[in-house]
Amino acid sequence: MALDSEDRGAAGIVVSAAPGGLLAEGRHPPAIGPWRLAERRLRRNKVALVFLALFVVLVALCLLAPVYSSYIAHIGPNTNNITGTVDVGGQQQNVVSLSGVPIGPTWGSHYLLGADTNGRDLAVRLLYGGRTSLLIGAIATLIIMVLGTLVGLIAGYFRGVADFILRPLMELIWSFPVVILGVALGTALALGGIGPVKGNSVYIPAFIIGVVYIPYLGKPIRGEVLRLRHQDFIDAARVQGMGPWRIMFSEILPNIASTIIVFVPLVLAYSILLEAYLSFLGAGVQAPNASWGTLISDGLPYIQTTPTYSLIPGAMLVLTVLSVNVVGDGVRDALDPRAQVRVRT
Amino acid sequence: MTRFVTRRLFSAILLLFATSVVVFGIFEVIPSYNPARAIAGRNATATTVAQVSEKFGFDKPIYVQYGNTMKLIFTGQVIDYSDNLNVVDQFSQRFPVTLSLVVPAAVLWMLAAIVLGSLSALRAGGLLDRGLMVAAIVGVSIPVFLLAAVLLYAFAFRLTWFPNTGYSPLASNPAQWAYHLVLPWVAIAALSIGFYSRVLRSNALDVINQDFVRTARAKGLSRRQVFVRHVLRSSLMPIVTLFGLDFATLLGGAALVTETVFNLPGIGQYEATAIGNLDVPPIMVGAMFTAFFVVLFSALSDVVYALLDPRIRLNG
Repeated sequence: MALDSEDRGAAGIVVSAAPGGLLAEGRHPPAIGPWRLAERRLRRNKVALVFLALFVVLVALCLLAPVYSSYIAHIGPNTNNITGTVDVGGQQQNVVSLSGVPIGPTWGSHYLLGADTNGRDLAVRLLYGGRTSLLIGAIATLIIMVLGTLVGLIAGYFRGVADFILRPLMELIWSFPVVILGVALGTALALGGIGPVKGNSVYIPAFIIGVVYIPYLGKPIRGEVLRLRHQDFIDAARVQGMGPWRIMFSEILPNIASTIIVFVPLVLAYSILLEAYLSFLGAGVQAPNASWGTLISDGLPYIQTTPTYSLIPGAMLVLTVLSVNVVGDGVRDALDPRAQVRVRT
Repeated sequence: MTRFVTRRLFSAILLLFATSVVVFGIFEVIPSYNPARAIAGRNATATTVAQVSEKFGFDKPIYVQYGNTMKLIFTGQVIDYSDNLNVVDQFSQRFPVTLSLVVPAAVLWMLAAIVLGSLSALRAGGLLDRGLMVAAIVGVSIPVFLLAAVLLYAFAFRLTWFPNTGYSPLASNPAQWAYHLVLPWVAIAALSIGFYSRVLRSNALDVINQDFVRTARAKGLSRRQVFVRHVLRSSLMPIVTLFGLDFATLLGGAALVTETVFNLPGIGQYEATAIGNLDVPPIMVGAMFTAFFVVLFSALSDVVYALLDPRIRLNG
């Protein structure tokens, strides 16, 4: 297997997607497009479908957070209740004991998973935290997809000055350990905010993750564009008088679409994971908002007495990332059975 | 060879420079971040802040501040803002802890990945092969701090097989040293084993069908010799690059979450504390330290490449 710096990025993405064009010309009626073929292959992949269903259930649970909060738990995600009491098996118990220890899981409608030191309901925070984690992952993925594709297209197609500026920039972000870069940005921005955006906004971690992971898509896309730009159909388009932007978006983009789609679930999984890392280190989601990462971190001091505090948000996080990864694997196999895309942190 | 070394050296210096500028820049261009206020404390008066600002040179232009900080780093005199400790001293004191954590963990995951990857390549589609596929995808879906927390809960608190946290120096008692580090080693290694053995396996399967393997078999080498000397040797190459980078970032402090969970006084823990306090000098030294290892190990992995594959020359 040939491994050159073009295909293989430092942080471990290996892309060698075979070109599309699965259609054989011949007399095999009726012709089926490559997208339909991919869809069929994905439908046949039962494991991927099961995990897709799991992902949908998890997302739905998190989206229903306000319903749980107002109709079952009757408490908001950021509502403190240090002096309150809760009914456990007919007895009133303090939500936060006099020595400051929060109550463990009651397995009832109030404080299902227990409370934190401020007397906030952990089950409500788990669902709202999931919403935050998923939202950040989604925004970051969107940023990476749009900017990564754009950067890859521009650097690969124009080459010259654009490539000379963009490529070293990507290399720099790449050779930086992602966690350290994200954490440095995160702590600094959490303190100052960006312009009108406040420091504790959830858009800041989303933005940071988006920036940090741009090369993960930008580098492979650039490689693909470099490979395509000298092919006959591009020359034909140029001879017809098409401008560079039109060639990029109407000729090259459709040809790299399957590569981009393969990256969507992988990037989403890594964005959610990086958010958890940053939040765990205090450089991601800021108080009073919660995310799965902050909940795991908050629960660590209680791991001996109340392991559910850390481990249930942890389980939600792992199930989500795992289902995205399995679906991503299925999508990759479906779109191009010969492609080898591997991503890791 | 000389050209190879010069090019590597040049890119190394460039990367270190760029890294330091980026880290410095991140903290410098952030609006409303005032390190002087951070040092002076929460209730400091404006005069105190101004004094601190003058003492540390925060009132000077950015490039002067950058120059000063770099001079302090390279003369080993840079001091962190929160505890007034010498950053370079802290790094050199704490580095043995990080080494004790990272090196055995790396050996563990490489050995396991080579053995398991080879076995699953030899019996592709078998039970082990499918098991490793699951392990690989689960491994990249779990953040290391969560695995660390689970291990801590299960083996230190529930089963009490291992001490919960802390570090015991190797020099004073090797047995205690290993006893304290087993859980952290497993936490770091476990998540990588699946992925690494998958990479090794798919490369071994690519190589196994090549001509030189058939030739080796035809000239009468045994299956074992062919696999170890020819197939394994060339399928180790992608792993070497992956490993170089992972190992480098771990040494540079990427083990900070593991060190935090297990309360190990390594450089990662120091960096994590500095991050919490927005303490620029340790973060900057840490990032440069990491960049140094990244450059070093990517150069080393190129050399190992050449050793593993005689077709590759270092002239390029």
